[in-house]
Amino acid sequence: MSIQFKSIADLREMLDDKSISASELIQESLELAKKYKELNCFVTMNEEFSVKKANAIDVNKKTSSRLSGIPLAQKDLFCTEGLRTTCSSKILSNFIPPYTATAVKKLEDAGSITIGKTNMDEFAMGSSNETSFFGNVHNPWKKGYVPGGSSGGSAAAVAAGIVPAATGTDTGGSIRQPAAHCGITGLKPTYGRISRWGMIAFASSLDQAGPLARTAEDCAILLNTMSGHDAKDTTSLNSNVPDFLENINQPIDGLKIGLIKEFNLSDLDSQVQARFEESKKAYEKLGAQFIEVSLPNISASVPTYYSIAPAECSSNLSRFDGVRFGHRAESTDDLNDLYIKSRSEGFGDEVKRRILIGTYALSAGYYDAYYKKAQQVRRLIKNDFDNAFQSVDALMTPTSPNTAFKFGSKGTQNPVELYLEDLFTISSNLAGLPAISIPHGQVNSLPVGLQLIGNFLREDQLLNAAHIFQKNSDYHLAKPNLGDF
Amino acid sequence: MSWETVIGLETHVQLSTKTKLFSRASTAFGASPNTNVNLIDCGLPGVLPSVNKEAFYKAIRFGMAVGAQINQTSIFDRKNYFYADLPKGYQITQMDLPIVIGGSIEIIIDELTKTINITRAHLEEDAGKSIHDEFEGFSAIDLNRAGTPLLEIVSEPEISNAKEAVAYMKAMHQLVTFLDVSDGNMAQGSLRCDANVSIRKKGDKELGTRTEIKNINSFKFIEKAINFEIKRQIKILENGEKVVQETRLYDSSKDETRPMRSKEFANDYRYFPEPDLLPVIISDEEIQKIRDEFPELPKEKEIRYQQEYGLTAYDAQIIASSKSMADFFETALQKTKNYTLLSNWLIGEISAYLNKQQIEINESKLSADKVAMLINRIDDQTISGKIGKSIFEEMCTNGSSPDEIIKSKGLEQISDDGAIEEIILTVINENPTQVEAYLAGKDKLFGFFVGQVMKLTEGKANPKAVNSILKDKLK
Repeated sequence: MSIQFKSIADLREMLDDKSISASELIQESLELAKKYKELNCFVTMNEEFSVKKANAIDVNKKTSSRLSGIPLAQKDLFCTEGLRTTCSSKILSNFIPPYTATAVKKLEDAGSITIGKTNMDEFAMGSSNETSFFGNVHNPWKKGYVPGGSSGGSAAAVAAGIVPAATGTDTGGSIRQPAAHCGITGLKPTYGRISRWGMIAFASSLDQAGPLARTAEDCAILLNTMSGHDAKDTTSLNSNVPDFLENINQPIDGLKIGLIKEFNLSDLDSQVQARFEESKKAYEKLGAQFIEVSLPNISASVPTYYSIAPAECSSNLSRFDGVRFGHRAESTDDLNDLYIKSRSEGFGDEVKRRILIGTYALSAGYYDAYYKKAQQVRRLIKNDFDNAFQSVDALMTPTSPNTAFKFGSKGTQNPVELYLEDLFTISSNLAGLPAISIPHGQVNSLPVGLQLIGNFLREDQLLNAAHIFQKNSDYHLAKPNLGDF
Repeated sequence: MSWETVIGLETHVQLSTKTKLFSRASTAFGASPNTNVNLIDCGLPGVLPSVNKEAFYKAIRFGMAVGAQINQTSIFDRKNYFYADLPKGYQITQMDLPIVIGGSIEIIIDELTKTINITRAHLEEDAGKSIHDEFEGFSAIDLNRAGTPLLEIVSEPEISNAKEAVAYMKAMHQLVTFLDVSDGNMAQGSLRCDANVSIRKKGDKELGTRTEIKNINSFKFIEKAINFEIKRQIKILENGEKVVQETRLYDSSKDETRPMRSKEFANDYRYFPEPDLLPVIISDEEIQKIRDEFPELPKEKEIRYQQEYGLTAYDAQIIASSKSMADFFETALQKTKNYTLLSNWLIGEISAYLNKQQIEINESKLSADKVAMLINRIDDQTISGKIGKSIFEEMCTNGSSPDEIIKSKGLEQISDDGAIEEIILTVINENPTQVEAYLAGKDKLFGFFVGQVMKLTEGKANPKAVNSILKDKLK
């Protein structure tokens, strides 16, 4: 029986009833990765180590953990000891970290096996995976179409059934939007739920790791392992981590879902809109109630985000200077020349653009007008959410205004066009709230995602609502036709 | 024309914590290059800082000592600039919400007290070190110092001349060492300052254009650098020219200040709140604990030394004014009861030696235990004070113990009355003329006899015994 498209829960059963060994499972996963090499999901494979670890698990036979022997893929911005970590950038194309990110370490300690590092937008800056130094990732649903971004490689690897789940990071929608475009489930937890230690920073106050998987249940399994306070990340939350599987099956009778008045869905593609209306009805049938809520400042989310995120990135990326690690330009005249050449050669256009925007936003005389103002607006947006959650349990929006688009069709002339892709996802990063994207059908044979935004630390509610939806529908079971690859 | 100098000092105090401000790497001085460095210190991708609270406690202790306001909520900011020894491309510092606001320090100039107000003191991390002269054609980076906690203390521009600036830095040195906030070692860079110097016409309200002299690390250089700068600026103003606002460097070999590269002050540091750190909150309980464990300061020590050990006001003041001296005194008096003799030695012989060597007592070979032993041997009359001085000289050079020196050199005092009497009789017999003169009323000759006895005993005879037996025999 093929392991392709199997969930973690399925694979666990196969491993437990010995219909497959960990070694066979890993071997097959690695072979699928090779078979679909053209998708370009992976930047670096971890074959030798994966096979060794699987063998060890087979010999040891102690499989107390749900994740033992399960193949996973890690977004290539999680540092992995001894395994190249590039952020899909030329500047880190030779970087082999001496340590492993907490989130990945927890998954690996639980027995899961990292088969490789996935392609992404360079330094997670992008919504189409087209800014990668290692080339575009194809959407498994349609060759020549983007998988979304920035966690595009992770989403495509899961959607193609190579691995049952993968890690991603979400700064403005980078887990949810590619999950939506690839027809899988992706969760961005509450800011601070998962340690950022070892996660190469894009925008520190917005970055959050999370799982991409075939089902909400699998997301819960990963979240259980990845969550928790980490002394090495003082911004990680010191709060109790519930078992996210425990209440995932609860009926959602009486769940109050808010619809955001300010998001005028009639502007959207009529078919995307139709999908949304249908899912709303499905939730109503499951016992949810819909209430319109107003978040008056939410329309400022995109400009607010594009002041804060580039500002933080301009500073976070200063350490890539060619002095201690990463790409260093050859034959330079002096220190300044070394900086200029190493960084000019090492960074791609989008990264440079954001460093420039951020440097400008923080510069003397502009700080108050841009960065400080943006932080004030961010606070207002957060307050809007707090008010809304007085009367609702969750908010529902489309994940993305559109389905996946063709390579090169967006943002090449006007980057702002691509920034608007993040319209529905960005606000939950600004407010630090959890949000999930689940597949809910297709438009023109391309998947469409539905987003639920939850209250602070209420991933349990989101996973519950998503799981009940998936129990009563089969959108999440749809598989792409990979015949073209 | 009569001119007036206005000086403000920014003092960088390296806090004596065991580990760095944002990592658990050691802060020990003198380790081989790049050995006190961990993932955080070299700014690897993906690493995050976490705060060392010990640095906060030390900063708060300083704040309390100068009567400042303590901000129990502290926020860190990033100061962004590129330099090869700045691993992250930014320094984590405090901009808007420093831990310490206000307070003051008293300095004494020609027996008059002057108060210098403090604007603020904030925590920040130090950078690494660039080494340009060790490898032909290359610069090298040592990150051992990167991330070491600094407290930057900014004074108000209330210092009027170089002498006051030195007095301020000396007061600062005394304070941070007594507070155990810093080891105060200026040669190792634990205490250094930037001096902002400007000149205006006497009576003017507005400040003149200032220059900043960077990184001065000795009392002597502070005085010389400021005096040079004052003269330089006055000359410019008297020529009817304008002082350029710039950062300058003091070159001690040429005794002059000169401008640093101009791009230094073209920097826009793009400060913004450090998103990797939550605000650090110090609880009331922590504040109370710092207060409860507050170390004794010089003034308190001075009074206690007089009351508990009967020291004179003068002696108490001198011993209590230096942390290393006070520590030495307090350790030594665990081992001797003759406090007066101990303080006499500290102020006399020992201080003279330290001054000559230009070192602090903790940098010398002397140990408190051994000095106490020396005092005890003088006190119990094993040796005379004079022999004590020669033993002390030896202690200074090789650090050996007084008892060992006494034993190996046979320096024990002769206190046996019979033995002394024998020697005295010999002296009397050998000097009949002097005896006659003495008995005829030439009292001054008494010293001669004492001298002869000491000569024959190589100074080892107990002087008191010599005196009384001589008097008896010369009747």
